[in-house]
Amino acid sequence: MTAFLKLYAISRRFGGVTALSNVDMTLEAGEVHCLVGENGSGKSTLIKIISGVQTPEPGAQIIIAGRDVARLTPQESTRFGIQVIYQDLSLFPNLTVAENIAINSHFGRPHLVRWAELRKSAEEALGKIGVTLDLDAVVGNLTIANRQLVAICRALTADAKLLIMDEPTASLTRTEVNRLLDLVRALKAQGICIMFVSHRLDEVLEVADRVTVLRDGNKVGTYSAGEMNDKKLAVLMTGKQFTYDLREIDISCRPVVLSVEGLTRQGEYDNIDFELREGEILGLTGLLGSGRTELALTLFGITRPERGKIFLDAAPITLRSNQDAINAGIVYVSEDRLTLGLVLDQPISSNTIVTVLQHLAGRLNLVPSLIRRDTVDRWVKELSIKVSNIESAVRTLSGGNQQRVVLAKWLARKPRVLILDSPTVGVDIMAKDGIYEIVKSLAAEGVAILMISDEIPEVLYHSHRILVMREGRLSSEHRPHETDEHRLMAAVNA
Amino acid sequence: MHEMLKRLRSKNEFWLAIVLLGLVVFFSFTAPAFFTIGNLNDLLTQNAFTGILCAGLIVVLIAGGIDISFTATASVVQYAAVTLANMYGMNWIILLVIAGGLGAIMGTINAFFVVKFRIHSIIVSIATLNIFYGLLIFITSGNYITTVPDYFYDGINWLEFQLGRRSYGINLQMVLLFGSFILTAFILKATNIGRQIYAMGGNPDAARRLGFSIFRLNLFVYGYMGFIAGIASIAHAQLQLNVTPTVLVGRELTVLAAVVLGGASLMGGVGTVLGTILGVSFLCVLQNGLIILGLPARWEGAVTGLVILIAVAASALEGSRQMNMRRASRKGQEAGAAA
Amino acid sequence: MILLRHTNTQLSILLVILFIAFSLGIDRFFSIESAWSMAIQVSGLGILSLAMMITLLKGGINLSLIATTNLCSLTMAYMINLLTPGAEGLALIGGILVALACGAFVAAFIGALNGYIIAYLNVSPILATLGTMTLVKGIAVGLTAGNVLSGFPEAITYIGNGAVLGIPFSLFVFVGCAIPLAIWLSRTPTGMFIYMIGSNEKATRYSGIDTKWVIFKVYLLSSMLAWIGAIVLMGWLNSARADYSESYLLITILAAVLGGIDPFGGSGKVAGLVLALAILQFISSAFNLLGFSPFLTLAIWGVILLAAAALAIKTRSLQQN
Repeated sequence: MTAFLKLYAISRRFGGVTALSNVDMTLEAGEVHCLVGENGSGKSTLIKIISGVQTPEPGAQIIIAGRDVARLTPQESTRFGIQVIYQDLSLFPNLTVAENIAINSHFGRPHLVRWAELRKSAEEALGKIGVTLDLDAVVGNLTIANRQLVAICRALTADAKLLIMDEPTASLTRTEVNRLLDLVRALKAQGICIMFVSHRLDEVLEVADRVTVLRDGNKVGTYSAGEMNDKKLAVLMTGKQFTYDLREIDISCRPVVLSVEGLTRQGEYDNIDFELREGEILGLTGLLGSGRTELALTLFGITRPERGKIFLDAAPITLRSNQDAINAGIVYVSEDRLTLGLVLDQPISSNTIVTVLQHLAGRLNLVPSLIRRDTVDRWVKELSIKVSNIESAVRTLSGGNQQRVVLAKWLARKPRVLILDSPTVGVDIMAKDGIYEIVKSLAAEGVAILMISDEIPEVLYHSHRILVMREGRLSSEHRPHETDEHRLMAAVNA
Repeated sequence: MHEMLKRLRSKNEFWLAIVLLGLVVFFSFTAPAFFTIGNLNDLLTQNAFTGILCAGLIVVLIAGGIDISFTATASVVQYAAVTLANMYGMNWIILLVIAGGLGAIMGTINAFFVVKFRIHSIIVSIATLNIFYGLLIFITSGNYITTVPDYFYDGINWLEFQLGRRSYGINLQMVLLFGSFILTAFILKATNIGRQIYAMGGNPDAARRLGFSIFRLNLFVYGYMGFIAGIASIAHAQLQLNVTPTVLVGRELTVLAAVVLGGASLMGGVGTVLGTILGVSFLCVLQNGLIILGLPARWEGAVTGLVILIAVAASALEGSRQMNMRRASRKGQEAGAAA
Repeated sequence: MILLRHTNTQLSILLVILFIAFSLGIDRFFSIESAWSMAIQVSGLGILSLAMMITLLKGGINLSLIATTNLCSLTMAYMINLLTPGAEGLALIGGILVALACGAFVAAFIGALNGYIIAYLNVSPILATLGTMTLVKGIAVGLTAGNVLSGFPEAITYIGNGAVLGIPFSLFVFVGCAIPLAIWLSRTPTGMFIYMIGSNEKATRYSGIDTKWVIFKVYLLSSMLAWIGAIVLMGWLNSARADYSESYLLITILAAVLGGIDPFGGSGKVAGLVLALAILQFISSAFNLLGFSPFLTLAIWGVILLAAAALAIKTRSLQQN
């Protein structure tokens, strides 16, 4: 197998932050090579450098198909056959499947569209991966899985030699993931090199030939998939051995704060029953698409269930909006911190006290600036938020500190139920522990916590009980001290 | 057949056509003067200016932008072109080429500020509207041009025929009106640049990532709008047989309303020539019918405004209903696939 | 935030430079009459600019602003001409108050309409306010056929032209609107919510704020400020017409953008707006004294708007990096 792409001494700095440091990598033709690493490890920067969107620091060497490329531009990268399928797929929702797949044909001369050729080209691409889709369907109406197929076909019509897929399984159901992995194997058989970026270690190992691990911008190593398992990979990715003590903690004597019966919402979740006790940390995990966030949004009042009841302190409640939920003491830390959890361009102070502003207002509905400042300072101290100026925009904070601002905002309302959705995404490893400490101390104070997470270790080592959701249903329940990562992962992927 | 009906039902154009048909039927019965050759001829001729402008604005909206400076562009081009025609004679072809070209250049100024300076297109076009119009009135002192070349009086009259005491035919306004719509439809459906415009409107980030030249596309889009504005200004000048520089500005909103009624969205990426034709026909038929029924001309604006408000409100409601339906059906697809 | 403070400093410096340049270069610029007329003009324009500003802060726009102002003026003018001729004392005051109330009612209705369509029906502010603008102007034209209504009692003309301690009364009205608004925006919960909604409406909603109600209030308030502006303009011009002050639409947007209000929403202060208004008024009066055609001035406003908007975007992108 000849090497398609060789990278030497790739580094990239953004201002004072080092995104990549001296990374070497080789990609062989016809191999499936997985790139793994935590958020912030440098994966997306590396992809951008390979596709020509970013340039590496001087001293780097990029050799494609035996040619030493001095400065790689996006157009050159495409000409070499490098195609990236980003997580957002970059499709045109208002155009048809055929047009999206054959979009490149719109660039050439002649300036008239050759519709017959376009359709043929699209059909061929679909044929290459053995899939049938309605060529005239509007892409905006397709499921995410089908849209992904369209994106892959588009890459194929551009005669891809290296196909980079960035978190392709993030929003797929189990069946769709399997179909995608089969597709990857089929493409590999055709001699196409595939770089698969994912943090789903089980899928990675299923399909990869080799795995490269990045951590904090450095390459930890490249390993053959055969000699790897997910536990070893996790250690390499984080650099930590999880040595948490899994003791049994009995919460059953505490009163039930939140309980849910037969909750159903078509297409999202089905017949959910569970109880959440005071001071309990209930972990909820499952693949994306299993309905976890959808369930959380209903508990938070953003969506309404079609059937079933929600009980707070044994009394049924109806949540017509998230304001009802907040007033009842149920708060939600969204998984999408940057667009739903915080208003990035507004000051840290506004973001921190937005939930209690109306309570702080005094005469004439004015909030004295002294009270505003004192309240914010109190929360900054309480949650150890590292900030130099509370009036700077919250986007200037690190991921971990941003999450603390979100927590401060909700804690200011003295919630009884705290729903955390992927609370440590985009938070670096050191800061994660800080968040866990806050969560544990809240539980000790009696707050009932529902922690939704993708990361098995997170729920395993920090919950009192774990529920697994599969395709909208609760499929199993576990006690941390009676199980381990492997068994939990099996239950999730069952 | 059932499938086709179901597909039609979700299309905005279908409903618009039905409403338009209903309106035409209504007026035909309540106002006998409406459904006559004479009135229909006048309807097309008087509203050609607005219609032609719609053919240009739809392209801007599909690209994801907005432009309200085109009436100022039309005013400037009208004045300049007729002045040149009076000085040098020329003929229709040369005049239209000059008018279109001048308009196109003015239109590209918008593109420049929208792309290179990244200013929102509504603000750019408010600014250019005032710059073009202000400079025009300043330089001309608002004077009329009352002389026009001879060929203006002759106009164009293809397929002429007599009916009663009037002679009818395909005049310059109709030629330019049909021509603009045909040209726009051709560009949008059959050329690569037209498809790129749809793509850019549908997902500007993806377009950028895929290497579309955003600047060139916008130059074309706003330039085309300017070109169309220039053409429209000639249609108007020939009809009026004079040039009043202050009379065109103020009609931007009718044009925008017609295009939005026809299904185009301010978000970009959607819109068809058919929808635009239906939209502008609806507004013009409504105004025309109401006048024949006796509505004083001064109430036209209010009626148009009310119709616009109802239409955008209904369209927004429909849009969110469709989004919910689509989400439910997508979940259904996923559930079905998983089963 | 630091850059914003820079903007106000830059504006103040520009203001001083213009003042000195115009005073030295143009005859009659530095005079009592000039100051007087500038103060009056800037008051009416200023109140309308405040009305435009709050809709911009929230990430929208109010294109129906001038049309609303004119319809209010016409309504009040009509009621005044109906109720006050020949009246004196209490009857006169009563008549005027009733007329003013009618104007307020019209403004409230339009504001509520805008607010409802934008906040609860989710229509884009550009489309919605274009629609109401056409409708409102259409009603004004329909009712008056474009004619002027004029001849108001002294109480009204005092508002536009009268003086208190040598300072125009209308300036007090403007300041009386600007200062409470500035305090409201920076110190009350609703004010802070407006900025947050302008930056990211969804996240603000997720934090439990009733964003629809806040947006509704913004458009309602914008119209009520238009009502106050209408009273001042009526008093100054002693007349009302369906198409008055249409050039003000561009100028209010220009003043806002020049004053540091981000046209996409989320930032901007009243202080900046006031400085920008002063600068624009200086330029306008200078042009007037120099005999510039008002149309040339319009064109120059357009150029300044482009320049100010381009600069604002540059500043914003620098801030984000």
